[in-house]
Amino acid sequence: MKHFLKVTIFSLLMIGFFAGFSNYGIPEIKPAPPPVEEKLDLGAMTPEQFIILGEKLFNGKGTCTLCHNDVGGRAPLLERAGIIAGERLSDARYQGRATDAQEYLAESLLEPSAYVVAGFGKAGSGDAVSPMPSVTAGSIGLSEVEVSAVIAYLQDLAGVEVTVEIPTDVQTPVSDSDAPDAAPRVALVSADEVITKFSCVTCHKMSGEGGELGPDLSRIGATRDLAYLRRAILDPAAEIADGFPPIMPPTYAGEIYAGELELLVQYLASLR
Amino acid sequence: MKGVGDLKKMINGHMLFCNAKNPFGSSSVRSLLGFMALAFAMLLGGSTDLLAAAVDAASGAVQGAADTVPSGISAPELIATDYPTVSGVNSRVTVWLVAQLHLWFAAFVLAVPIFVFIIEAIGMKTRDQRYDDMAYEFIKISITAYSLTAILGGLLLFSLIVFYPHLFSYLSEIFGESMFYYALAFFAESAALYLYYYGWHWLQGGFRKWLHLSIGLVLNAVGTTLMFLANGWVTFMMSPAGIDPGGVFSGDTWVAMHNYLWNPINLHRFIANIAYGGSIVGAYAAFRFLSAGRPEERAHYDWMGYNANFIAILALLPLPFAGYYLAAEIYAYSQQMGITLMGGIFAWLFIIQAVLIGTLFLSANYYLWCGMGRSDGAVRYNGYIKYLAIAIIGSFLVWFTPHTLVLTNEELKALGGPYHKYLGPLGIMPAKNTAVNIMILFTALSFLFYRRSNRIATVTWVNAGNAAQLALYTTGIANLLFLGIYHGYFTNTVYKVAASIPQVMTTLIIIVVSITLDSLMYRGSREVAPLNWGRVPNRAQYALFLLAVAFTWLMGLMGYIRSGIRQHWHVTDVFRDASPDAYTPTLGYAANIVSIGTILFMVLVIFVFWLSQISSRRTDARGYWKGVQGG
Repeated sequence: MKHFLKVTIFSLLMIGFFAGFSNYGIPEIKPAPPPVEEKLDLGAMTPEQFIILGEKLFNGKGTCTLCHNDVGGRAPLLERAGIIAGERLSDARYQGRATDAQEYLAESLLEPSAYVVAGFGKAGSGDAVSPMPSVTAGSIGLSEVEVSAVIAYLQDLAGVEVTVEIPTDVQTPVSDSDAPDAAPRVALVSADEVITKFSCVTCHKMSGEGGELGPDLSRIGATRDLAYLRRAILDPAAEIADGFPPIMPPTYAGEIYAGELELLVQYLASLR
Repeated sequence: MKGVGDLKKMINGHMLFCNAKNPFGSSSVRSLLGFMALAFAMLLGGSTDLLAAAVDAASGAVQGAADTVPSGISAPELIATDYPTVSGVNSRVTVWLVAQLHLWFAAFVLAVPIFVFIIEAIGMKTRDQRYDDMAYEFIKISITAYSLTAILGGLLLFSLIVFYPHLFSYLSEIFGESMFYYALAFFAESAALYLYYYGWHWLQGGFRKWLHLSIGLVLNAVGTTLMFLANGWVTFMMSPAGIDPGGVFSGDTWVAMHNYLWNPINLHRFIANIAYGGSIVGAYAAFRFLSAGRPEERAHYDWMGYNANFIAILALLPLPFAGYYLAAEIYAYSQQMGITLMGGIFAWLFIIQAVLIGTLFLSANYYLWCGMGRSDGAVRYNGYIKYLAIAIIGSFLVWFTPHTLVLTNEELKALGGPYHKYLGPLGIMPAKNTAVNIMILFTALSFLFYRRSNRIATVTWVNAGNAAQLALYTTGIANLLFLGIYHGYFTNTVYKVAASIPQVMTTLIIIVVSITLDSLMYRGSREVAPLNWGRVPNRAQYALFLLAVAFTWLMGLMGYIRSGIRQHWHVTDVFRDASPDAYTPTLGYAANIVSIGTILFMVLVIFVFWLSQISSRRTDARGYWKGVQGG
């Protein structure tokens, strides 16, 4: 009986250790809930909202960034995809049917094996077969409109003209978490309006006025480039300025229109 | 500007939406039949594994088709209210626990006959009856566990029908044929097992012994077939095959069974079961050793524990390779699933896994080192043990090192990023692969030392042989390091993954060549002194317990991730889970469920051990029976 008790206590302690380590020894990451679908009124959507929808799909439901990131090296980066798309059509290795850059981007999403970037093909296929999963079926399941929104985002990301037309006559389901604001607002037309709308000066000082919770932006353009400023607004946690708490809301990416973002970024870059 | 309409032309034929609501007309009929078949099976008191076949046979009758090959089966689109609920019972946790308990017991009862067969064959070859007795004792433990496995299988089936009737119906439509064969195989296995166990002492000597061994072979063949069948159902849920672009199953049972991950899981489970079975009987031997009063009893259970640990280690060595093969195949099947597995929400699980596998390797090695105390000649090797320990612990720490660290913003700033300057590079797979290979090699070396400890080689080329062994290990480890460092840090992802294959080959070659060389060197060797079985510290027995507990817990954890990478899908990308429990639970929550399951399993295993002990006990009931004289 003595040994039985000792062995039981020993086993329970070990189980407790494994459970304790799993609960307290590693970060507790709460997985995202399954996507919920709802109707989206496309007729009330602005071009900027459409691009933002594409961006959210790119980073969320589309799961594009799982592979298209600069960490794992599993798929090519897409920052310049909108520019490169046109060049690809004349590439000797191109097997597709697209006639312009927009069609090439659509084809890349739907028939990724039409052109596989060297080094990113399925193992053993000699870069002839893409390992990219179907974006329109299964767990990704983008709708036609969502595919178009992603293409619009990729064009916007590359800084080229967004040629995708926003559908106005299609009621299509998109994931709840990916839907932009239900009630669209009119896009702001000046940096001042954007700064006022998003209350930047509550935390940041500009031209000697404003709060001190965040870095002083009065001469921010002298030390930071456009890419940094854009990232700082859309993903404030990506880099926290020395000596400041990480309190900037991460929600601007979901609120600011693409055009407004550019106005703001250009304005900030001009502050020297 | 191009609109959706223009793009539609371009992408026409690719947009694959499976919005057709499955009328699921036959589902209620099938569920009803399932309940009826369950009740029938309960009344008969027979195996509930038969039930699956009964359900299928009954539904086959409804379809009125002799041909059981299904075609055009669509997954239903469910909503939360389609899932029956029982007040106060969590559906997912119930199915989870019952499935896991069934799997633990199934792994045990499938593994034990494999090594019992081998031990019996060794006994026949060496004509050493101790092997035969030990094999019998092993199978005696598993015989009680066998009925418990069947009961848990029935409970699992019952839980599935009650809580997930649509899923069960869908799977039985696709796999009905294989479920029928599963039931037949279960009967065959039961018959073979009972013949094998109850005929043990009857079928002894000459032809009879050969006949007995042959029954053991049949038992293992049928048992392994059973596992492969069940694996087909599970892996179909992970990597469905025979699904057309519209999400409709249009293949036959074989196509569904022979899906992408079937063989990787078959291989992984086959090896893991043996290691697991070894660890459980090791725990049994350890407990009997601690409870033994007489020296010869301690000697017997010490010997039994050693053999159980040997079996566990033997299967443990190739297990990481089988696991790596499985993970690589998951990536090959779906890169998205692979990244979810290794780089997404489950990434931190592999740090827990590292702790558990490190525990397994350390406890198995520790047991070997303690066991060297049985030999008077082991003192020659005692000095090397600390180096073995350093290498194994060092490898464990590399494996344990996470790629990204848990840091506050201040720490993040102080460190200059999420990766540690020196330790960060140890967090990626090439470093871990190298560490695992080195850990395996040093475990093999531990075994080699143990094997040598009581013997003195008498061949003339001892020095040359030792030099060759040293050269083999040195060059092999250098090659592992080169492959890991060069391909891991100076080439692209494709080569990083590809480098793991020559690493595995290096390790396997070293192990095979060194054991072969050692066997030749120690042929005709003389013993230093007779081995003192039973001369081993009690703490060594706790290492055996740790092995069993860690193995059980690890299996539970990996069961969670195997199932979890489907995320909110019953059948990946085909049949969506719309139940309120469709979300992926956190690691901490999963660990708590696994812990509860492990405790339940341990309680049941202790019960099984106890039953196997009381079967040989007798109580003197003098005066109780009429006309029987005591004394």
